[in-house]
Amino acid sequence: MVKVLIPSGALGLGYDRAALARGISENPDIIAIDGGSTDSGPHYLGTGTSKYARGSTKAEWRELMEARAEAGVPLIIGTAGTCGADSAVDWLVEITREIAAELGMNVKLAVLKSGQRPDALIDALAQGKITHLNPAPEISEDVLASCSNIVALAGAEQIQAALDTGADIVIAGRTTDTAIISALPLARGCHAGGVWHGAKIGECGALATTAPNSGTILIEFDADGFTITPMGAEARATPHTVSAHMLYENSNPDILYEPGGHLDVTGAKYVALDDRRVRVVGSEWVVSDRYTVKLEGARLAGFQTVSLVTVRDPRYVANIRAWCDDIVEKATEKARTRVGEGFEIELRLIGLDATLGELDTAAKSGTEVGVLGMVTAPTEALSREVAKVLNPYLLHHPLTEEEEMPTFAFPFSPPEVNRGAVYEFCLNHVLELDDPMDAFALTVEELGA
Amino acid sequence: MSKLSDIAVKVRSKNAGPFWLTVDIFCGTPEVFSQVCASVTSARIAEVLKADPAVVDRYEMASLNVLKLSLPRPAIQGTREDRDMHGASFAALVAELDV
Repeated sequence: MVKVLIPSGALGLGYDRAALARGISENPDIIAIDGGSTDSGPHYLGTGTSKYARGSTKAEWRELMEARAEAGVPLIIGTAGTCGADSAVDWLVEITREIAAELGMNVKLAVLKSGQRPDALIDALAQGKITHLNPAPEISEDVLASCSNIVALAGAEQIQAALDTGADIVIAGRTTDTAIISALPLARGCHAGGVWHGAKIGECGALATTAPNSGTILIEFDADGFTITPMGAEARATPHTVSAHMLYENSNPDILYEPGGHLDVTGAKYVALDDRRVRVVGSEWVVSDRYTVKLEGARLAGFQTVSLVTVRDPRYVANIRAWCDDIVEKATEKARTRVGEGFEIELRLIGLDATLGELDTAAKSGTEVGVLGMVTAPTEALSREVAKVLNPYLLHHPLTEEEEMPTFAFPFSPPEVNRGAVYEFCLNHVLELDDPMDAFALTVEELGA
Repeated sequence: MSKLSDIAVKVRSKNAGPFWLTVDIFCGTPEVFSQVCASVTSARIAEVLKADPAVVDRYEMASLNVLKLSLPRPAIQGTREDRDMHGASFAALVAELDV
């Protein structure tokens, strides 16, 4: 049997301290926590940075390092620094070194990097080793070369290699959410279907229980399946909360693709052991004939400057769309005469349909509308310049020529805010590997020694 | 005529990676589940999300009384055209369907 303690769904999200302490008292074999996902958008992979504050990451990571030392078992984090790019891994490694020094702690640290070199991927593309998933953005040598970061999602094999170094702490770049949980129980021969299924249920911490904010859960893996036990005093796992978690952020609730195969939970049976623990058996792991890892890439999509104005005049609110259409046309025309082509001006109507756009056929406005001007251009200077051409229209544009110049509400000065570089995800592909370690780099260092 | 939100326990939409959107309709009881499965066709989901009906995957999960529908995101997450980074607001369009 292998016990995996999962403190929370992600480092930086917070967790119930008493639940973590209870988890440590259960003598886990490993502590595993996720460090990110793509869900916060392409900025983080594009820039190779973390979305969480350094201070809160350091505070939580310190607590987990102390808990690990107390339990005397490995601590592993996957997708370090939100995106798992090499620079985000370096950021967490630096934090780890600081904590070890501050605590006077001796730690063997294994670092698994997932960053990909564009030239190696261009070769792989030419050799037919990159296959698209559905839906597939077009890729080419140019697309690969234009990415600021490309990562491959490590699976259980690469995590096992990191654990095999005898490390106390493993900091991994991009991994699948499940790999950090599945690696050790798979290495110790637990039921593969049960391992991957339990890892999927556990990857969001207590989200698969009745008290999602309590964070910490314990999953016990064995020869037939797994058992989930929430560590929060009030948290309960029920067959419903556990089986329903397969739906979460998953396009297919029965199948989960991983490097080297897929999980099929069609035959899974969920049994309540008591009012808070659930046992699951009957899940299947199906080995694939090719070993592939998923790729994620982000590249620059321009520079953006945004302006905000609020409109309260009832006649303007009633005609807000016509007003905005006219502004976009006139501001675009004027900016073209000043700076040429290549930019886009878009106005989003907050309070009308900013959230859903043309899909929102029932949209109607209230007493006021916020107009969010978004200028996207190939350079930062150009996006700011065009926003400055747009601003006077947002402030003073009249609905008709025959009226006194109106003035609308800018909430701050200047009304434009520079968003800097904006990024886009541009890969939904898998890379075939001869050896699972081919696309990954593993290093080991001793801290505090 | 009721709205789906009047009879379902919860309607949720989320990203399933940057390229996919998934909608979960929690019906609560087998009766509501049957009614929802009959009424909320994949074509109607495609219509409210302006998608091709052929790309809507459908999972009728009787054991959970959940109807799940997955489709490519209306705009790839985080592109200039995308309006909702986490995709949770699309659920409102589905919840407002007449059933």
